[in-house]
Amino acid sequence: MLSLSIGEVSAALRKGRLSATELCRRCLNRIRKTRHLNAYITVTEDLAMKQAQEAELRLTRGKPLGPLDGIPFSVKDNFCTENIETTCASHMLRGYFPPFSATVVQKLLDQGAVLVGKTNLDEFAMGSGSTDSVFGPVRNPWSYSVSYREQSREQDPDSDWVIAGGSSGGSAAAVASLSSFMALGSDTGGSTRNPGSLCGLVALKPTYGLLSRHGLIPLVNSMDVPGIMTRTVHDAATVLDVLQGRDEKDSTTVESAYSPSSLPEEFDVRDICVGVPKEYHAPGMSAETLAQWGRVVALFERAGARVKEVSLPHTQHSIVCYHVLCCCEVASNMARFDGLQYGHRSKVDSSTEALYATTRHEGFNSVVRSRILAGNYFLLKQNYDRYFVKAQQIRRLITEDFRRVFQSGVDVLLTPTTLSDAARYSDFIQEDNRTRSAQEDIFTQPVNVAGLPAVTVPTALSSRGLPISLQLIGQSFQDMKLLTVANWMEQQLDFPIIRFHDDTDQERECKLGS
Amino acid sequence: MAASSSGSSTLKRTLCTFIRYRSVRCVRQCNASIRTVCTSGSTSQLQPKIQSKGVSSQLRGVVGLEIHAQIHATSKLFACSRVAFCSPPNSSVAFLDASLPGTLPVLNRRCVEAAVITGLALNCTINRKSLFDRKHYFYADMPAGYQITQQRLPIAVNGSLIYSYFGGRKRNQVLSRCVRIKQIQLEQDSGKSLHDDQRSQTLIDLNRAGVGLMELVMEADMSCGDEAAAAVRELQLILQTLGTCQGNMSDYEIQRQKKVLENGGIIVNETRAFDSKSGTTIPMRDKEGLQDYRFMPEPNLPPLFVYEDEASVPAGVNPTQVVMIDRLKAELPELPGVRRARMVDQYKILPEHSFTLVNEDGLTEYFERVVRNTKAEPRKVIGWVMKELLGNLNQQSLKLAQSPVSPEALADLLNVLESGHISSSAAKVVFQEMWKAPEKAVEQLVKELDLGLVSDREKLLKICQKVVDTHPEQVHVIRAGNKKVLNKLMGAVQTETKGRADPVQVRAILEEMTS
Repeated sequence: MLSLSIGEVSAALRKGRLSATELCRRCLNRIRKTRHLNAYITVTEDLAMKQAQEAELRLTRGKPLGPLDGIPFSVKDNFCTENIETTCASHMLRGYFPPFSATVVQKLLDQGAVLVGKTNLDEFAMGSGSTDSVFGPVRNPWSYSVSYREQSREQDPDSDWVIAGGSSGGSAAAVASLSSFMALGSDTGGSTRNPGSLCGLVALKPTYGLLSRHGLIPLVNSMDVPGIMTRTVHDAATVLDVLQGRDEKDSTTVESAYSPSSLPEEFDVRDICVGVPKEYHAPGMSAETLAQWGRVVALFERAGARVKEVSLPHTQHSIVCYHVLCCCEVASNMARFDGLQYGHRSKVDSSTEALYATTRHEGFNSVVRSRILAGNYFLLKQNYDRYFVKAQQIRRLITEDFRRVFQSGVDVLLTPTTLSDAARYSDFIQEDNRTRSAQEDIFTQPVNVAGLPAVTVPTALSSRGLPISLQLIGQSFQDMKLLTVANWMEQQLDFPIIRFHDDTDQERECKLGS
Repeated sequence: MAASSSGSSTLKRTLCTFIRYRSVRCVRQCNASIRTVCTSGSTSQLQPKIQSKGVSSQLRGVVGLEIHAQIHATSKLFACSRVAFCSPPNSSVAFLDASLPGTLPVLNRRCVEAAVITGLALNCTINRKSLFDRKHYFYADMPAGYQITQQRLPIAVNGSLIYSYFGGRKRNQVLSRCVRIKQIQLEQDSGKSLHDDQRSQTLIDLNRAGVGLMELVMEADMSCGDEAAAAVRELQLILQTLGTCQGNMSDYEIQRQKKVLENGGIIVNETRAFDSKSGTTIPMRDKEGLQDYRFMPEPNLPPLFVYEDEASVPAGVNPTQVVMIDRLKAELPELPGVRRARMVDQYKILPEHSFTLVNEDGLTEYFERVVRNTKAEPRKVIGWVMKELLGNLNQQSLKLAQSPVSPEALADLLNVLESGHISSSAAKVVFQEMWKAPEKAVEQLVKELDLGLVSDREKLLKICQKVVDTHPEQVHVIRAGNKKVLNKLMGAVQTETKGRADPVQVRAILEEMTS
């Protein structure tokens, strides 16, 4: 039951085959059972049960609020949730209970969706592995899957677990471990798509401006977008429809007038032109990922879609450009954490300056601090033109690359999402956060620079039994069209449902559900 | 209250944008809507070799002003929290004002309109597109760690302000000057820090945090404190007239600034800040002088567009939600300069009187209402307004709105005076009585005080006879041909009647008696 899609479970709720409280209880049990994944920072058990009871009342009366009524979901812990602790996985915000909810969270609650918890992440969403959290790393649920365990030489699953990806690793692990039917992530350089890909989920990064950022604790304001993680493309479209649209509280949002509310019934893949950017043949890509890329390209071709190679020449500079802009905005956005109004405050109070300095030193991890330092350096008057302005110019060139390709008749771009399947934690932490971010975000990050929508779809399991995914990139505000293509792709691929090697109950449930 | 040390240190932060001038003195008023940063210094027009001969005579003082005018609006620049003064600390603070993480700025259209109207009134070019920037510095009463301002592309540029002041040797010449307005930018105000030295605590009040400010940057076109003070005063009047800023800066403050500016004749090769506590200028610390604000575009606010008229609003944009210049232009009220010229032209009053009329809030309207309701000449009315009305107000430190004598009542009094029923000296007595008892009508007071003119011929004959009898010498002189002395006798009659005798009759009687 827990591995059903939102569409399926919603239908079961409406038909009375399943009660919302029962569903919620099972998810909460599942959270308890998967504690070792460290997916959640806060579990909102009481609130969830209360919401589920309300949903149940509506459902039994035959008057659900919408397709999400009664559906358990979780939220990355960098979205503000009213009176629910919101930590950003940082010591700085431990014990911070926001007085308001992020617009996207509120919209889900208003639809009757049931919030089960706040999920783990890299501190302030800075990272690509969900390994740099003050609450410890997130484990990829696939580490405990039958497919992974069967090929593993290690007997103890706790010794060779793989990372969930990041920075929204907790959200991905929550959906992949079947304790949430959907989760909100945030995507600044790939933070939703990367863990979505490594955990075998559909993960959508919508067009910048389509979803409100109000209440999302920012990393890079000009690139941050709330991300949607689900098990199917159809579910992602359902959630997108609920969340999209102008928000008065976010001046960068636009009315979603030309974005249709759902996937079209009729779709002919022969009308589609798929672009394959040659620059995405990056060094370090695994043979299996490359093979999957080729396989899906062939799928499109065989089905009659037009496939052509395209060039995005400035993409190679994207990571450097991103690094500069990210650090600058981080330096600025983090300036508010001074310990005076909220969050951690150091006991050292010999002077205001000393209070600031020690508060910030104690509150932030070294990743955050180093980005703040770099950002302030880039923004210095004598450096501004050399770094910030240059990066903005490159940003424009990257955006232009995409625009030109789409103008040439391409509807979507098909690329890998990550270089390979998930790395073992012990391997991953051999390199520092900055190096890893530069490596891991390579395919996902240019999209944020350009503000475009992109979705990752799992294609197959690797020889290690771990998910491999590909990314589709669409044109601005063509999110539904992008999902339409993704939906077609998903239907051709038949990606397997996760099966846990120690969980016979769950296996039985899966069979019952399907 | 004068600028406290915290106030001046807040100012120090804003001063550093003025890099062109070497000496800076600043004044900040704590509870008012206008704060001024003044830069003064010197420019040397001559070559260095000549300078060495006699530096002081070759240096010319220049004054530039950077004025922070608090926008008169009900809510703050980027949040819906109220703009409220004198409310309990931290009672008007939106989540954004406290910089809670995840909050985003949403621009208040009213503040944009205020800046555009002000720009239009100051002959500025209104930028159809302007941008917001973040200016970073750590300060306890600025919780975001940055201020949102308009550094790169402000809303209005290249304006001018024409102002006049009394100059010349006797300070009675109206001198007209023009100062260029470099730019007007929208920005956020900071909160307030209250230092409790005894407990070595700092308390922060965020009520003011995020209130919209217009920063008006004037070029260093002024040469002395008199000019600077007059320019500020004129600007204040314009802002008050527009209603874009309450601009209630006290005269005391202007006097103080004037003094500061006038005393600041010495050229110092360093940036200095004014400390009102000690009454001296203090050099600003190097650290702050060199502070790098690490400016960055504000990523959460799209470019601010204003449109010429409805036709220029692009499709898909709701015309009721945008700022349109032609609409605001149509709403521009009569500006002080225009009003002064009209006063002089229409009522034939003296230019200096037109200044007083325009400077005092509501006085023009008062004057015009009196004129409308009386047969008396405007030139006569102005005398009463300047002397009796303002004299009484000033003596009792009252504002015009608190005047017990309404314009209609003053008009009544002037009508009675015009009709010849009372003498002008009696009218002055009545005016003082009206001040004390505003509920009483003019006629009633005249009757009660028995101030009506004595025009009973028999009575006047008796009094005149008495005066003639007691002034034999003067009568002799008059009879000898010096008719001027008759005035002396008339004065004696008025003394006798407490100014109530009908002067026309008295003169006739006295002339007859002394012929």
